[in-house]
Order: sequence, then C-alpha cells, then structure tokens
Amino acid sequence: MPIFSFLAYPEKKMKDQLIKDLSEMQYCEVKPSENQEVLILLTDTPDEETNKELINSIKELQSLQSLSMTFGHTDLE
Amino acid sequence: MTITRRDFIRSMALNSAAIAAATMFPGIIFAGWKPTDLPADSIKWSKTPCRFCGTGCGLLVGVSGKRAVAVKGDPNCSVNKGLCCVKGYHSIQILYGKDRFTTAYVRKDGKMVPTPIDKALDLIAVKMKESIKKTGKDSVCIYGSGQWSIPDGYAASKFFKGCIGTNNVEANARLCMASAVTGCLTSFGLDEPMGCYEDIDNADVFITWGNNMAEMHPVLFSRMLANRKSKTHVKIIDLTTRSTRSSQAADKSILFNPQSDLAIANAICYEIIKNNWVNQDFVTRHVSFHKGKTNIGYGTEDHFKFKDKAETVSFESFKTFLADYTPEKTEKISGVSAENIKYLAALYGDPSKKVTSFWTMGMNQHTRGTWINNLVYNIHLLTGKISSPGNSPFSLTGQPSACGTVREVGTLTHKLPHGVVMKEGDRKMAAKIWGVPESNIDPKPTYHTVEMFRALDRGDINFMWIQVTNPMVTMPNLKRYRDGAKKDGRFIVVSEIYPTPTSDVADVILPSALWVEREGFFGNSERRTQHNAQLVPKPGEAMCNTWQLIQVARRMGFEKQFPWSQETYIEDIWNEYIQFHDTPKHRMASYELLNERSGVSWPYVDGKETRWRYNGKYDPACKDKTYDFYGKPDHKAWIWLRPYEPAAESPDREYPFWLNTGRVLEHWHTGSMTRRIPILHKAVPESYVEINPEDAKAMGVVNGTKVKISSRRGSVVMKALINGRGNPPEGMVFVPFFDESYLINEVTLDAFCPISKQPDYKKCAVKLEKV
Repeated sequence: MPIFSFLAYPEKKMKDQLIKDLSEMQYCEVKPSENQEVLILLTDTPDEETNKELINSIKELQSLQSLSMTFGHTDLE
Repeated sequence: MTITRRDFIRSMALNSAAIAAATMFPGIIFAGWKPTDLPADSIKWSKTPCRFCGTGCGLLVGVSGKRAVAVKGDPNCSVNKGLCCVKGYHSIQILYGKDRFTTAYVRKDGKMVPTPIDKALDLIAVKMKESIKKTGKDSVCIYGSGQWSIPDGYAASKFFKGCIGTNNVEANARLCMASAVTGCLTSFGLDEPMGCYEDIDNADVFITWGNNMAEMHPVLFSRMLANRKSKTHVKIIDLTTRSTRSSQAADKSILFNPQSDLAIANAICYEIIKNNWVNQDFVTRHVSFHKGKTNIGYGTEDHFKFKDKAETVSFESFKTFLADYTPEKTEKISGVSAENIKYLAALYGDPSKKVTSFWTMGMNQHTRGTWINNLVYNIHLLTGKISSPGNSPFSLTGQPSACGTVREVGTLTHKLPHGVVMKEGDRKMAAKIWGVPESNIDPKPTYHTVEMFRALDRGDINFMWIQVTNPMVTMPNLKRYRDGAKKDGRFIVVSEIYPTPTSDVADVILPSALWVEREGFFGNSERRTQHNAQLVPKPGEAMCNTWQLIQVARRMGFEKQFPWSQETYIEDIWNEYIQFHDTPKHRMASYELLNERSGVSWPYVDGKETRWRYNGKYDPACKDKTYDFYGKPDHKAWIWLRPYEPAAESPDREYPFWLNTGRVLEHWHTGSMTRRIPILHKAVPESYVEINPEDAKAMGVVNGTKVKISSRRGSVVMKALINGRGNPPEGMVFVPFFDESYLINEVTLDAFCPISKQPDYKKCAVKLEKV
C-alpha cells in the first residue's frame, strides 16, 4: 500500500492542464492551491511496482515542471 | 466515527504536503484546507525589532520548521504596542527573495565568479595588507550603516581604529543623522534625544518640522493621532515645504520656502521674547548664550575644512540678533505669513501647553543642519519646554540602528565608543578595553563620508569595504563617486544580501546574514536597545557581518583582539562594549535583560530606564532634583545665535525648480529589500517625479508623461505624477529615491553642513523638460 504525497509545480501557465492530466490518472488525488502555482498530489497504489510505473508516467507529463515528495509510506513485507 | 488505517495515512500524507507548502508560501490556501488548521504549537513566536525604520517597532516573528512564516506586532513592546506599518507586516518576506546572495563572488577578468567564502575572506585580508604596505594605513576604509547591528559596528570600529590604526570608519548615518548629532552636542554637550516616545502620549501640541511622519514614522504618527482623538484640544501642526499625507491629517499645514526654517525658528524666538513668554527662571538657571562663525560655506570643494568657534554672549545680544527676524521680515524670506509665525510662537509660548517638536531629514539633510537643530532647541530652551513629559524637541532617526550603532558605538571618523579620538582620555579607555597599544589609535580624524568617497575617487583611498548600505545609489552628486569606485587600483568589498548597483562595482561580494538570520541588537530613536536571537538558518554560505569582520581581522594577525567563539561572540561583544558606557549618563542594560525584554532604554541605572534626561526628577545622573545639562562644562544648555543663510544652490533662470528627494511609505531606502516583497513592489512599482499641477499645466505634462530632470551635474528621465500622495508647491519637484532604475542622486548636489558634514538632499536647482 504505497502512499505518497508531493508538491507538484506546473510548467509556466500550465496549472490547469496539470490539474487535468493528474486528475485523469489512476491512483491520483489532486488538491490545487487557490492562490499559488502549486498542487498537492496524493498517490495511493496497491503495490510497489504500480507505484513505480505511476511515478514514471507522472514525470513524463509535459505540464509538470517538478515534483517534491513530502510524505512516503509503504507497508513492510 | 471510525477511521481506517489507510484513511489515516492518506490524511497524514495530505497534511504533510500542506504544511510543507505553507512554510514555503506563507498564506497559501488549498481548497478544503487552511493554514489555520496547523496545530497551535507548530509556530514558535520570538521577539525582534523591525528591520526597517528608526521607530524601532517590536515584532514577533513566527517560525515553523526552519522558516519564518508569520509576523505580528509585539504587544509587549512599548514603542508600538502590537501595531505595525505595512512594511513591518510584510517584513519576513525580505528573507526569501529569489536572487539572494548565498555564496561569495570574486571578480576575475571582469566577471564575478562564485568562490568559497573562506577564500574570499583570505583575499580581502591580502588586499588590505597590500594596500596598507604600499600606501599606508589610511588607504583602507570601511563604510557601514545605520542598519548595522550594534556588534557589526563595534567590530568594525575595534578592527579599523584599534587594530589597523586608521580613523577611516564612516557609516551612512552621516547622510541621515549627523546634523542631529552635532545639534545635540553643540546645544547639550551629549548626543541623542533627551525625551522618549511617552512624550507623544503627553503632548498637547505637535509641531513637525519638514518631516512626513504619516509615511516615514507611521506607527508614531498613529500614536499622535490616538492622542488627538482621546483629547479634543490636542493639535498637530505640519510645517513643511511640500504637502504630504501628514499635511492631510494635520490640523494646520504651513508651507515654507526651502531653507527658511532657519528664519522661522528665529522669528518664533523673537515673538516669544516680545510677548514675555520666556521662562525666565529656567533661562537664568539653566541656559547660556553663544554665537559661532557665519558664512561658513557648503563643502562642495575637495578637502573643505571648517572649525567653528564659540563665543559666549548675553541674553541682550540674543535679543539684538533676533531683531532681523520679526515675523514681518521673516514672511518675506519664508513665504509664511506673519500671522502664522505668531500662531506658532503662541503655541510654543503658552505655558499651559506641552509641545513636542519632531523632525527628521528636512532639518538634518540641510546645509545648515546643525544650526536649524540648535534653533529648534532654542525655542524649547527659551520656554523651558524640555526634558519633561510632553515637552520634547525630538529628532527622529531614519534607520533602525543609526542611534544604536553609529551614534552610540561611534562609527564615524572622529568617534570612539566613548568620546572622540582627539581626546587622550578617550583613547586611553578604548586602548584598555580593546587590548591595543594607545599609540594605535590615531588622534586625528580622517574623512567624513563625502570626503571619503572623494578620497576614493582621487586614489588617496584604494580599499573600501561596504556593509549594509548602497552608496552607488545614495551618494549625492552620484556620478563622480560611482566613476571613482570603478577606477583602476580600487578594491571594493561589498557585504550584501541582494544584487544592487553597489555590488555591481564590487571586486568581492560577501553574502551577509540578514536580520533574524543572526543574533543582534538595534538601538532606536528613543534610546531603546532591542535584541533579537537568531530565529532562522542563514542561507547557503551567508555569514553575519560581525563574523566577516572578525575573520578578516584574525587573518591580519589580530586574533588576540577577536578571540571569541562562534557560539558566544555576540554576547561577548555586548559585554565588552557596554564597559564604554558604564556611568549613570549612559549605562546600558545587560545581555540577559535585553534577551528577556522587548527593549530597554538607556541610561539604565539601578534597574530603571531614564526616560527624560537632564531633569533631576527622572535622571539619576543629575546633580540634584532640578535640571542639570551635565554634558556641558557649565551644566547649562546652550542657546546659539544662528542666522538664516541661503541654500548652496537655489533655483535660477537656467534651473528654475527646487529638487527635493525622499521616501514613500511602502519602500525602504533604495528598495533592495522592499522591492522584492511583491505586495509592496506592486503598491509602488516605479519611482516618479511629483510636479505641481500648475507647473505641469504650463509644461503640457500630464500623469505619466516622461520628463527629463537636469541639474548642473546630471539628468534623469522619469514619469510625472501630478496630484499623487504628495504635492510640491509651484517651483518644486519631489522624487522618491527607492528605485535604482532612476538614479536621482546623479542630479543632486554634494553640499553639506560644514559642522556635521551631512549632505543636503532636499535642495538643489534643476530644470524640467518634457520628453
């Protein structure tokens, strides 16, 4: 049960696009800031492999400038 | 309600992200989550003086993790009692500008190259040694600031005066407070105001002499307004050369011609004597009369020298002198009606009214700054309205520690922490406390600020270390001094926080720790010292200015004089410094007490602050319970016979306007901090030239029109502002100097008061052309 949270910074003028892109991805919950160019992203995946694939997909988004992890949890095997 | 483990962990994850965001973006809001959800104990609040003006408001800075995230007024600080101005409320944002210096830079082949700070400090020491060896100890200098923390100035003074043996120590307070200093010294023998801010709560009448307190000291102005609101008889009189927001709030605003404040003050004294409003008992017992030289020049030439000579005269001589300043004669010089002059005199002369006079740069940045300070003191001395609650002639400081660091530590060429370099006893004391041979301390002052930059231009100085100030924007007649600093053979070190036109000319830039990133002390206008602990980490390699000086001093062989550890050096310096002031006339509070309290005033004697000096009821340094002006050998305050003399440069046919410069509420000095606070920058994004509507109409200029302002020294093109927050009279323009894109000081004149050496930024002659 890997659960992570991030601060996601959009590329310039692409905040709305980033919100849309992330919202359309499975296992993602997005909370945009109302007054800053940053979003909170919560990922909640069933296992490590899925989590890894998800993060790789997120990093390829054109609308994403950078991702900063703020919380991470995985259950020990 | 039950919650699953998964939901709990998701909630923790979201909160972590939100808290991280809140530390980076104070005030950030997420849909469905607000920063107020933070647990109350996640923000730690600590006291500090505000970083900005000489009011010395107490703040509480809230730190979460390693970041300052909130700020509010300190209700325990008697200065502001929890209130701040717009700059104070946004002050923590100065810490987090994107282009903050976090590493040192060294100029190599014309480019600034990032360099480890230790290497940069090594280079500085090498260059200082080289310069001293080649051209002598007076070839090096330090130019500091009224925004220096007290330990910064103390370390600079000890290093340069005590160790190297040069009196080439100056600070930018020469440009803002020197006339206040010489005014105090010539009238009372000792520096700094005799009153305190409690005078505001006690006065019946406030007269502001050429200062715009509503914008420049807004918290104090709020206290004046609060007094007036609580008591219907209280009056605020604005005596000014330009209408401002202070004028709008005043009960009466009286416009006067620039420089004629000298005549007005004399005319008030004339009326006081004519109407028998003199406090005869006070004058007979506590005042003596003196005159000095006249036609004393303006200092515009290199190597200008002036020494005044005091001559004791009688009260009758004073009356004869004042015969040239009847209200009717003064009306012709000043433009102020005889009726208004009599009105002002009646306010001062009424024995039932307590009167506080406030002034700042209008009187201090003045080619007769010392004289006009003397003349306003004359009024208060003639009426006995001094050193008692509500009766207060009070020069307000511009910078947060012009008093604490420059005036009290003595970071001017002729000064020591106690006394002056010219006096053997004062040199002996400094040598003993500093652990240096007495012969190290040169008995001859060298250069005041303007002359120091002239010396840099001439090549008599070739090493200059600049800390916490921006002279490549602020020096008057700027082009000469900017060009001078860039000449071959000059080595300029700049300790800074952000890029400025001054760091642009540096050979070495040292990244400085800013405000609450280091422990320090400020001393405000009312003799109140305030301490701040280090509250947040320094960014990158940024280093406290004091520690920079200590590091270079050690590299030059002065380890013995600077032995302190990095953990305790600020406390150690405080404990060493206060030895200089250990008498009832100036005793300072202990380090422990200053840590504990939101400021302590000096003299601090037997557990009590001295709020009113020279009055035996309040001041334990007095010889009895009456007045004792113990700064003077005769224990009397001096009334000075000072005449009206014109400005160094007045409007003429070719240059028909006065140029007046100053500040706006939202910006601090040259804007290097406040222009990096988005909300303040957006409020006033660009400087401008205020033009009187009639003058603008005659020129065909409207708001936003580009106008070229030219003097005999240079020119600047900027946009016009008509009917803005300030309104100059016909024949005057006003330019705020906060915007480095418009170097208005290329237009101003480096004339100064021959006694204080403080330049006049309020008066020179310009012409305007529509572009």
